[in-house]
Amino acid sequence: MSKLSPEHLRSLIQPDRVHRDVYTDPALFELEMQQLFGKAWLVLGHDSQVKQPGDYFLTEMARQPVIVARDQAGTVRVFHNRCTHRGAMVCHEPRGNVRQFTCAYHGWTFETSGELKWVPLRSGYEPQADQRLASLALPQVARVALYRGFIFASLAAQGPSLQDSLGHMLSSFDDMVDRAPDGEVEVAGGVFKHAYHGNWKLVLENHLDGVHPNYVHASSVQAAREGPDPGMNAGGAAGSEPYHDIAIRQMRQNGAPDPVWESIGVWTTTHGHGYLGDYHDDSRLVSGLDNPVHAEYHRLLTQRLGQEKARKVLAVTRWNSVIYPNCSFMGQFRQLRIVHPLAVDRSVVYTYSFRLKGAPEQMFRDTVAFSNVVNGTASWVLTDDLEVYERAQRGLAGGGTEWIYVGRGLGRDVPDSEQRLRGATGTSEVFIRNQFAAWLEYMTGESAGESTGNKAGDNA
Amino acid sequence: MNQTATPFTQQAVEQLLYREAQLLDRHQLEQWLSLYTDDATYWVPLEMGQVDPINTSSIIYDDRTLMEIRVKQYLHPRAHARVPQHRTCHQVSNVLLAPDTGGSSTLEQHISSTLVVVEFRQERQRIWGATVEHRLRVTAEGLRIVSKRVDLVNSESDLDGIAFIF
Repeated sequence: MSKLSPEHLRSLIQPDRVHRDVYTDPALFELEMQQLFGKAWLVLGHDSQVKQPGDYFLTEMARQPVIVARDQAGTVRVFHNRCTHRGAMVCHEPRGNVRQFTCAYHGWTFETSGELKWVPLRSGYEPQADQRLASLALPQVARVALYRGFIFASLAAQGPSLQDSLGHMLSSFDDMVDRAPDGEVEVAGGVFKHAYHGNWKLVLENHLDGVHPNYVHASSVQAAREGPDPGMNAGGAAGSEPYHDIAIRQMRQNGAPDPVWESIGVWTTTHGHGYLGDYHDDSRLVSGLDNPVHAEYHRLLTQRLGQEKARKVLAVTRWNSVIYPNCSFMGQFRQLRIVHPLAVDRSVVYTYSFRLKGAPEQMFRDTVAFSNVVNGTASWVLTDDLEVYERAQRGLAGGGTEWIYVGRGLGRDVPDSEQRLRGATGTSEVFIRNQFAAWLEYMTGESAGESTGNKAGDNA
Repeated sequence: MNQTATPFTQQAVEQLLYREAQLLDRHQLEQWLSLYTDDATYWVPLEMGQVDPINTSSIIYDDRTLMEIRVKQYLHPRAHARVPQHRTCHQVSNVLLAPDTGGSSTLEQHISSTLVVVEFRQERQRIWGATVEHRLRVTAEGLRIVSKRVDLVNSESDLDGIAFIF
């Protein structure tokens, strides 16, 4: 039986356990790049990163370099970053604005729409080469779609539409954008790129894991508890809290007791996606809870949406939403991470902050402070997550125990409305089983597309 | 100002910066904190030429309270990213006193330097390079650090977790 045969792949994913090879085997990783990252809809960014015609940024899909650009006519396009002449990258600066893309090697020049505009020494080609040259436009990625400003692309020409693939998860993007008083969000405040020596799946699993904070983050919870209690400056106005306020509050929240994590809920949807309910009870961090700092924001949001709709928007309480296989984001907290697999045991995560357009400036400053705590490369919190991913990778690399056990909550998962499956408690490992069910569908090429996305994980 | 009366001699300034490096290399983090004033900040910008730590994220932006929390966390037995502990070698050089203190106060002085840190942990060694800006102040206890800004040459690249002090 070939190591990559559907039969063998199915044997790696069992109802309550998964074989360690899925985290460590380079051959499986290569197949993931073809079958999973090479086919799924991937989140690439947000159209605020390409506001003007000629704006572009570079990123990768399944390790292939791509350019996301807004062409002169205003269309967002995604190109393979590869000259059609001799294959060099035609664009090298990570972001910027260009009139056209000019290859550094022989000067081949492409319009921002991809069309080949100019080649040197044209007379060196036979006249009949004209047609060939005309066909050598910068190649575009097979499918591109936008949803509420977020840019998605798929390297596969065939497959479910973005709407079908994301289904109910689109509501998490709605949640982020609907919170903006002007109805739009924009990327701002810098990009953290944190890397770790571990498989890409580890970060997506961790982001829906409500058990780990009390263990992984014990040291930062304790240190924050020993710090000064957050709150207003004596006599200070709302919003004049010292800078460290947000950090202390967020680190303390990670120490929420078990009953909180049990109660918050975890939901999965088809194709591996899912989200964890929110665990915050700190009104300074959560704009949906009453706090004087957020009063002006509530007024602005209500002004646009009306009282009832504004209340509905703010009532949504999700922590991380995972878009399988490359994105995890926080609508309420305006953070988005894109996972780039580099090798079976090496990954880098790009993290972005978003500004709610029309919201008070202080809210964005809070977002920056929050981002430093949650996504910062030297954060008290994130560094311990990265360390644990690496310990997992090192542990999985050895034999002795061939399986990881993902049975928490198995047999108790609750079918919910709108193709969702809910964990019996917020700490159920339903999301890992769901991610591996999707993994198996992509890897075997036997995507049912209509399943609950959890058939491998829950036979109940 | 009488040059001989200034507390900001090249020698005094260098000794302070070297002392800071030595405390960090010896893991004497509480003593390291004592080199800083109560209104101190420790800043490692994310972006080249970053102008403020409020509207753009930073690899580290700690006020005095967060510096203390950072040290508390680093000393906690379950600070996983520090188990086993790093070994570091902080190399401070190119110490220059700014010709102008940058303000009306003669009690503060701006210092620029370069820093190379060799960091070793878990069979991996990383080399860090940075330009550093210190602001020093004369206090009753002697020279203290009011702010430290560390601009890493690779701040915008992919970075593995950072769990030590530059």
